[in-house]
Amino acid sequence: MAANPAAAVPTADAPVARGGRVRRGARRLLRNPLSAIGLAFAIGFVAIAIAAPLLAPMDPLAMNPGGRLAEPSAAHWLGTDDGGRDVLSRLIHGTRSSLLAALGILTLATAIGTAVGLTAGYFGGWIDEILMRLTDMFLAFPALVLAMGMAAALGPSLINAVLATALVWWPWYARLVRGQTLQLKTEAFVEAARIAGASGPRIAVRHILRNCWTPITVQMSLDVGYAILTLSGLSFIGLGAQPPTPEWGSMVSIGRDYFLEQWWLVTCPGVAIFLSVMAFNLLGDGLHEAFSPRLARG
Amino acid sequence: MAGFIVRRLALLVVVVVGMTLITFILTHVVPGDPARMLAGQHATLDQVEAFRRLYGLDRPLPEQYLIYMNGLLKGDLGQSLTTRRPVLDDLRQFLPATLELTSAALVLVILGGIPLGVLAAVRRGKALDHVIRVVTVGGVSLPVFWLGIALQIVLYRWLGWLPIGGRLGIVDIEPARVTGMYTVDALIAGDTATFVSALVYLILPASTLAAGSLAVVTRMTRAASIEVLDANYVRTARAKGLFETVILRRHVLRNAMIPTMTVIGLQVGTLLAGNVLTEVVFNWPGIGLYAVNAISYLDYAAIMGVTVTISLVYVTVNLLVDIAYVVLDPRISYGARD
Repeated sequence: MAANPAAAVPTADAPVARGGRVRRGARRLLRNPLSAIGLAFAIGFVAIAIAAPLLAPMDPLAMNPGGRLAEPSAAHWLGTDDGGRDVLSRLIHGTRSSLLAALGILTLATAIGTAVGLTAGYFGGWIDEILMRLTDMFLAFPALVLAMGMAAALGPSLINAVLATALVWWPWYARLVRGQTLQLKTEAFVEAARIAGASGPRIAVRHILRNCWTPITVQMSLDVGYAILTLSGLSFIGLGAQPPTPEWGSMVSIGRDYFLEQWWLVTCPGVAIFLSVMAFNLLGDGLHEAFSPRLARG
Repeated sequence: MAGFIVRRLALLVVVVVGMTLITFILTHVVPGDPARMLAGQHATLDQVEAFRRLYGLDRPLPEQYLIYMNGLLKGDLGQSLTTRRPVLDDLRQFLPATLELTSAALVLVILGGIPLGVLAAVRRGKALDHVIRVVTVGGVSLPVFWLGIALQIVLYRWLGWLPIGGRLGIVDIEPARVTGMYTVDALIAGDTATFVSALVYLILPASTLAAGSLAVVTRMTRAASIEVLDANYVRTARAKGLFETVILRRHVLRNAMIPTMTVIGLQVGTLLAGNVLTEVVFNWPGIGLYAVNAISYLDYAAIMGVTVTISLVYVTVNLLVDIAYVVLDPRISYGARD
């Protein structure tokens, strides 16, 4: 019945089974060409984000009123925006803010969701009931609409957009972790730890949480793309990064004022969002199939 | 069945009350001061206080919530700070446009996604299946606002085939309001020209909105159909010598519809949320555009009205999906939830 093969091994942490599983999963992942392409692109985007200051040919914020809205040329490969700023440099720096923000959303949402899910699943009873009804309540909203309301309430900024999105996303992680916890709670190695005299919190964190990481990581990888999309959407309607901060969504928003003539202004950041989301989606799908083959058939 | 529906309706009420509470807390624990915003930058302190009293913003928060809920039960959603009209009137004016756009997109999603998914499943592993897979992964990765702009550039600016935005052309006359949905109202009035025009104006926004959900539904239908195609009863049906089309319609589609229905139900939420971005891009006068305008003025009543309305539609659709399950699959017992 165990969905998690490592959990079925009656040792305390089952490290051997886990290492082998990761290697097997990685091999399965690379065998699928689409997943491998996704992985390559994802690594590329992360590399661009890390090396942004080295790669960008110009200062992404440097204004040049004389060279506004210039077409793509040798000096400005992707042209310039309404402030004469180099679009390519802004795009490269935008990779950094977009990926960092997505990472922020996922980290926060996972932290809250894991704490809630682990508590609910481990203690059960009325604690579980209250926490899960609260979770259901959040899930009853369309996420983007709630995130919009929250971001509006907190005030428009990239940090607040990240906070708002994380605050509407944690319920998914809470559900996932609760489900895993309920299943792992009855496993032999948890029972063994209890008999050996381990305390409740120790069992929850050391034995149960440790074995939840694979599904959590897979879920996070599936969500990176959506995090980038949600954030760029919030920025597009003015609730995320504020101009002139280089961020893809707000670049599309600025470019929208000129899109009929200077079409590259919206096209370049749009393609960047599309490619990065696609890369992480392919990678996420691949990880999902590689690490939970029972769930991802077809 | 009746007991099941009553239970689900009761749950719906609980969820809606919870939602109003969440939105209320959210929109009231904010750093901004709506009274100051409303009175304007140069207003005196007295003027700001007068506005605060006028809109009940000086009362304690729990009291403000009770007043809000009390009004809500009477259909009073408060006064919009931006349009200075009752929020209910605003919603009544803008909601039909949103519903028209969402329904059009939903029709595209269902009419496109289900056949494409079944097709991919039947042709599993073949070239067509791969093409559909790549296109659907692309579809879920497209930012809806950018897709809209890209379509405007190509189909309006470059090719000149479709209008850039709005609901009707300048020369068109708005049909007499019955439902508020121009296509439906034009049909009721028997005005074919306006109907066609309204439909033409719907094409771009509805396609933009539908793209992501279309991809998700295609993938889901494919996965569900593959599962059913491998089932024993389908093999039996084949062994009996039934025509492949009969098998597809009677066995595959019907059984694959159950998981697909859930996904379609969930996609309504995505469509409603995507509406906000689509409406901004196409200047479509629905509640999404209304909400975005309200956000920039910290217009609590309007933001809450929109959030509650969208959530209500979403929860209701999910209820309908649950009921549809029971109709589609008699094996599901409606006594047990989850």
